[in-house]
Amino acid sequence: MSERTRVLELDDVTLRFGGLTALDSVSFHIDEGEILGMIGPNGAGKTTAFNAITGVYQVTSGEVRFAGRSLAGLKRHAITKLGIARTFQNIRLFGSMTALENVLVGADANHSTGVLSALFRTAKHRREEDDGHERGMELLEFMGLASRADELAANLSYGDQRRLEIARAMATGPKLLCLDEPAAGFNPQEKAQLMELIRRVRDRGFTVLLIEHDMRLVMGVTDRIVVLEFGKKIAEGTPAEIRDNPAVIAAYLGVDEDAS
Amino acid sequence: MGVVRENLDRVARRYRALPGPARVALVVLLVVLVYLLPLLRPPIITTNQIDFGGVMFAIAAFALVAVGLNVVIGYAGLLDLGYVGFYAVGAYTTGVLTSYHAHWAFFLALPVAIAVTMVTGVLLGWPTLRVRGDYLAIVTLGFGEIIRIAVTNVEWVGAARGIKDIPHPPNIGPDPEPPFGDGGLFTIPSLQWDGIVPSLDSGRETTFLVFGAVSAVPYYWLVLSFLILILFADRLIKDSRVGRAWEATREDEDAAEHMGVPTFKFKLLAFALGAAVGGLSGSLYASSQSGYINPQSFPLLLSILFVAAVIVGGAGNRWGAIIGGTLVAYLPERFREFADFRLLVFGLALMILPVYRSQGLLPPRRTIRARAAAEEIEHLEGRDEAPTEVV
Repeated sequence: MSERTRVLELDDVTLRFGGLTALDSVSFHIDEGEILGMIGPNGAGKTTAFNAITGVYQVTSGEVRFAGRSLAGLKRHAITKLGIARTFQNIRLFGSMTALENVLVGADANHSTGVLSALFRTAKHRREEDDGHERGMELLEFMGLASRADELAANLSYGDQRRLEIARAMATGPKLLCLDEPAAGFNPQEKAQLMELIRRVRDRGFTVLLIEHDMRLVMGVTDRIVVLEFGKKIAEGTPAEIRDNPAVIAAYLGVDEDAS
Repeated sequence: MGVVRENLDRVARRYRALPGPARVALVVLLVVLVYLLPLLRPPIITTNQIDFGGVMFAIAAFALVAVGLNVVIGYAGLLDLGYVGFYAVGAYTTGVLTSYHAHWAFFLALPVAIAVTMVTGVLLGWPTLRVRGDYLAIVTLGFGEIIRIAVTNVEWVGAARGIKDIPHPPNIGPDPEPPFGDGGLFTIPSLQWDGIVPSLDSGRETTFLVFGAVSAVPYYWLVLSFLILILFADRLIKDSRVGRAWEATREDEDAAEHMGVPTFKFKLLAFALGAAVGGLSGSLYASSQSGYINPQSFPLLLSILFVAAVIVGGAGNRWGAIIGGTLVAYLPERFREFADFRLLVFGLALMILPVYRSQGLLPPRRTIRARAAAEEIEHLEGRDEAPTEVV
């Protein structure tokens, strides 16, 4: 494992909102090509950690490093352009745009066409449009959404919307893909398909950070798991290690006061 | 009203089904017709109480403004209630440069007026585009008033007296030499109608191309030409990364930001481009037939009417903006017979429209497609429930 490059590193990250400490000295890292799961009870700080990584919040102390570079002070769109893409816990697609256009917006993160090149239809504009369409259709194909390309995002089925969000995030060309509860609201069969999909995403060279409540899914697909509770990291290890970790079991099931 | 909706949708669908060359031919024919409209003076739509050429000029000017404001409201989703401020900045820049403090030629002053307005847009947008929704509307509302009150009080731009003798755009062909020479290259008579029988009206001639006091038609042609130019530009920009970034920002600003869209930059861009078109319209207005502007030319009401034009037409659709601008400029003139009641009729029309057609007369293409998809789904599911509106 040691020769793999570190994609993301959280170094002693603390995040406070007034008196509330949402993240308390959290440190972990993600290696290239890894699927890292992040679990924890409700309110443990999983999404907060996500937001600290993607630039929604600036950390109070500590440092988030991406490919060795500190993300401090960077705007959200700049972080995306560096190579971190995310999906949202509650789906946030561009409803009035078609599925393909949603993905195109993501692909545009790699483009720089401005008003002038659009007005004069320069070679750059055409190249970028072609690239966007090609990449977009390829991703829709990959997600099994190609036949829905011209459908409005708002009219897609729930599962298709979830998949489209992943496609849109992948279109930005990230090194690290952060999925915030992608299986929320899925039935067991859809969850199984999603697991398979996440593996295939990793096989395409993406590194994946996965927040998920569904234990079976997390245990089945991740290489390593970080467990948060009340803003603190209480455990880290392979799925097998986490499964037997007493602190994790206590966090999820509570401690039997009489027995202890 | 439901009939209007269906028919408009059907026309749009049928047009899209035509083969390419037929579409081009149809568009060219339509454009020529629109250019000739003030000369053809078709019955019923022609205003009899007031010069029809002047009305057509006002319509084209309103449509131009609406297309510009549509970029801001329709595409980027920024409610700008102070658009008249940009209109005024464009008009006053032209007035100052061509008449009040210098004597530049019109076509030299025009690009400067556009540039100044654009800079004004950026200066206003830089601090204000950080606020969203209703707050932005209030801030821009204030901006429109600030401009109006400022020009009323600043001697340097003529204060309440305004600026007069703003030169007209340059003529093509020899200048007129009153009382005998009309100037220009040739003259075109208008039609007059006796019922449905047309005849030539030699008393109402338009000289090609003299911008003077006789005919408002050349001004109309000029504004219409700019409108067409802006429409092309609008289309090219909308169908690019820029247009997608605007739409994404309008739909969900945070999600757009996370997808790598620098939303602030693109909002500022929409603001600046919208302002530029406002400045262009203002500049054309300043050098129009009367060649006179004063602070009363730019009341708050005008801002509201601009917004009404965009909303009535269907925010987000450039053709909707044109239809909206046309209606807002045309209806009060057409119903001049009703004297004081014309504004009542106009107001009622503005109220009825949104109730029966909440997305405007001509909503963006997507909405039509979305509705078609929704209807199809409903048909497949065989339900009789009322169709749900897709926003």
